[in-house]
Amino acid sequence: MTPSLALACVMLSALTLYALFGGADYGAGVWDLLARGPRAASQRDLIAHAIGPVWEANHVWLILVVVLLFTCFPPVFATVITTLHVPLSLMLVGIVLRGSAFTFRAYDPSERARRRWNRVFAIPSVITPILLGMIVGTIAMGKVGVSPDRALPVTAWCGPFPVVVGLFTLSIFAFLAAVYLTLETQDPALQEEFRFRALASSIVVGGLAYAVYFLAQEEAPDLIRGLGATRWGLLVRIATGTAAVAAIAALWLRRYAIARTTAMIQVALILWGCALAQSPYLVPPSLTIESSAAPPIVQKLMLGALALGLTILAPSLVYLFRIFKTHTFARQVESQTPRP
Amino acid sequence: MTNLTAARWQMALSLGFHILFAVVGIALPMLMAIAEAAWLRTGDPIYKDLAKRWAKGAAILFAVGAVSGTVLSFELGLLWPGFMRFSGPIIGVGFGLEGFAFFTEAIFLGIYLYGWDRISPVAHWLAGVVVAVSGALSGVLVVSVNAWMNTPAGFEWTRSEANGLRASNIDPIAALLNPAMIAEALHMTLAAYAATGLLMAGIHAGLLRRSPGTEFHRRALGLSLWVGGIAALLQPVSGDLSARTVARHQPIKLAAMEGQFRTERYAPLRIGGLPDPDAGVTRYALEIPGGLSFLAFHDPSAEVKGLLDFPYADRPPVRVVHLAFQVMVACGTAMMGLSLWAGCLAWRGRGVPTSRTFLLACLLGSPLGMIAVEAGWTVTEVGRQPWIIYRVMRTAEAVTPVPGLWISLVGYASLYAFLGITVVLLLRSQFRASPGGGPSP
Ligand code: HDD
Ligand code: HEM
Ligand code: HEM
Repeated sequence: MTPSLALACVMLSALTLYALFGGADYGAGVWDLLARGPRAASQRDLIAHAIGPVWEANHVWLILVVVLLFTCFPPVFATVITTLHVPLSLMLVGIVLRGSAFTFRAYDPSERARRRWNRVFAIPSVITPILLGMIVGTIAMGKVGVSPDRALPVTAWCGPFPVVVGLFTLSIFAFLAAVYLTLETQDPALQEEFRFRALASSIVVGGLAYAVYFLAQEEAPDLIRGLGATRWGLLVRIATGTAAVAAIAALWLRRYAIARTTAMIQVALILWGCALAQSPYLVPPSLTIESSAAPPIVQKLMLGALALGLTILAPSLVYLFRIFKTHTFARQVESQTPRP
Repeated sequence: MTNLTAARWQMALSLGFHILFAVVGIALPMLMAIAEAAWLRTGDPIYKDLAKRWAKGAAILFAVGAVSGTVLSFELGLLWPGFMRFSGPIIGVGFGLEGFAFFTEAIFLGIYLYGWDRISPVAHWLAGVVVAVSGALSGVLVVSVNAWMNTPAGFEWTRSEANGLRASNIDPIAALLNPAMIAEALHMTLAAYAATGLLMAGIHAGLLRRSPGTEFHRRALGLSLWVGGIAALLQPVSGDLSARTVARHQPIKLAAMEGQFRTERYAPLRIGGLPDPDAGVTRYALEIPGGLSFLAFHDPSAEVKGLLDFPYADRPPVRVVHLAFQVMVACGTAMMGLSLWAGCLAWRGRGVPTSRTFLLACLLGSPLGMIAVEAGWTVTEVGRQPWIIYRVMRTAEAVTPVPGLWISLVGYASLYAFLGITVVLLLRSQFRASPGGGPSP
């Protein structure tokens, strides 16, 4: 493995972790917006409780991706950020609004204001992942690399394919959040509600996955070809499908811990599958991992810095999750027994 | 408005906004950790209450700091893709390490804010210490990147018609440890403690004036005065180091800071005054003969280069730079004076000084640090113009080709205004709820 490929893999891992953790925080915002019924308030409380201590840490994965991109693959960063200037700026506004509104809500003394912050938190939580998906979709279509020095017109990043990828991203995040939330509560009624939401969103994920695949035949044929080109492609597709079915089955049987593991595997495989289909390109059809990499000395130092950082980061993260997420592991046995 | 102007304003606005939260994010965790340590040592519940209340404010400020910082990391590319494409590999290792500092900070901040009852008191205090250390470290690392823009090092470059600007022989470590790094990082870190310490002191002094004798605010005032005061006393010394670094490596910036148009020996130090770039003179200034030569080179007969020695196209907007420098030094002098006064009073009275005049002075002095920070950054950044990387790349070369940037400028300006007002209102309600803080809402 060359250093630049290793760096690309690290970047993809950071992106995967952002999707698994930061993404689920967005998804929680979706369920906040859709909180309905007599227990709407307890649903919202559960969500706030679940993401409060961890959202800032989860968010840093995104920053790590950006830093790796501009350090290790500078032409890719410059190209993407110029051509997709507009959707990226809109996405940033969403990130700012929901991050600050989430905190303001916790500290605003008046009830009416809290309800208003709730909306400022929830609505951008829905829009930001869609924009993120649209950006990824536009890159996959190969539109970005064609004229790297100009902003793409709205029609380019608002076409059917990017929009469907955007909705797909949102549905994945919402699915993950619902699955995680089943393990956050002791209250069987709340648990059932999020189980239902997880099952419903898994169906939406499936439908949208099909739509993405269908549209990709026309709009991103290289991607489909890339996925079919190696034996790995088939393997990843089978594994993703298996994980998806297993997650649904586990949810059905109320085996929430298993559902969480399989759902995470499913989402990770979706990302790695897409990356595999696109490799060796970072920005098709022009910039590959090798052709856009920074000089070797930078790559080596960055790998060193990453190794050093990881020795501090990994135990810290484990500590954080042990303090605040142990309860989601402790009750596995209990939550596996179905409700009478 | 040209695209370049819009981009510069947006960058200035975003950085000027972020720095307020960054400064507090560096220094407030240290104050909280000191208060908590005092609680652990003495068992006095007032200190615990203090740490808890400061932590509430910190939670709000950190969230805004984190999201505005995220905007910045994208904005460097959104506005200056040419700059990032060139310098990304050179300065990226610093940013990469900074990313890990942010991680540590965010992780332990979560533990600190939500973990009061979940881990042992000592573990909790240690989490606070980690937040304080990693906050300072992330500041140092990002400032080292800025120092590299001022005194670029660790690469060679060529410029050709066909390929434009190209870097070779990149040495990221040398770039990180560039000549201005120590001076800038030291000055910035001290600035954070001085500005935050005296800001908190001023707020608690104000509350103490309203309800005299409140033990809570007296302790808070004492702690913040210690931290802010010591930093404010050291700040002019570190500023002297900064000034000499500028004199060595960026003579044009030094000339602009001082309104020095002619190259001369025994150059005077100008206090106040208004530079007139067209006439090439600085009027209405109080001049101390030989002062500038002495301060910049520690030798009154040293020669100081003047702006007129440099091509017109290489000169920064001298009025802005000179005025901003005067404002920073004025604030710094006042802060030093306030700290000395506090020290004398405390020494004579053996305790936290609480005379009404002194409390009023603290209250009036509370915004000075933040003003000095904004002014200092204006000196550094506007003083580097027209270069984005000093003597390597011009700002105009680096700007994005995407048209209509004024739209995004207006958008971000409104967003920051909205956030700024909200934060002020929320913090006010937090202070109202503190002991003796007035009617709780
Ligand atoms: C509490 C805030 C504060 C105070 C009291 C001072 N400064 Fe400052 N100064 C800053 C906050 C600051 C800053 C905002 O942090 C800057 C911007 C960039 C930097 O490294 O620090 C800065 C920059 C800065 C620079 C430019 C460095 C460069 O361009 O690389 C010089 C020469 C000084 N300062 C000198 C002084 C002197 C002689 C002071 C004497 C009173 C002083 N500062 C007080
Ligand atoms: C001298 C200038 C700067 C200093 C001292 C500084 C310092 C800090 C500090 C202490 C924090 C964490 C505390 C908080 O959240 O309030 C922070 C957050 C952040 N800053 Fe800055 N910063 C500066 C400029 C920049 C610049 C130019 C960038 C962009 C490259 C940047 C990117 C960030 C990011 C991404 C975060 C969020 C980290 C998180 O999510 O926790 N900062 N900054
Ligand atoms: C947070 C404290 C900072 C403040 C308040 C600040 C302030 C400013 C201001 C006022 C400008 C506009 C100058 C002009 O165009 O006339 C500017 C430009 C800029 N700054 Fe800073 N700055 C800060 C820190 C940094 C750091 C740490 C970096 C490096 C990562 C940085 C990178 C830039 C860049 C790339 C530009 C645009 C190009 C230029 O105008 O030279 N700044 N900043």
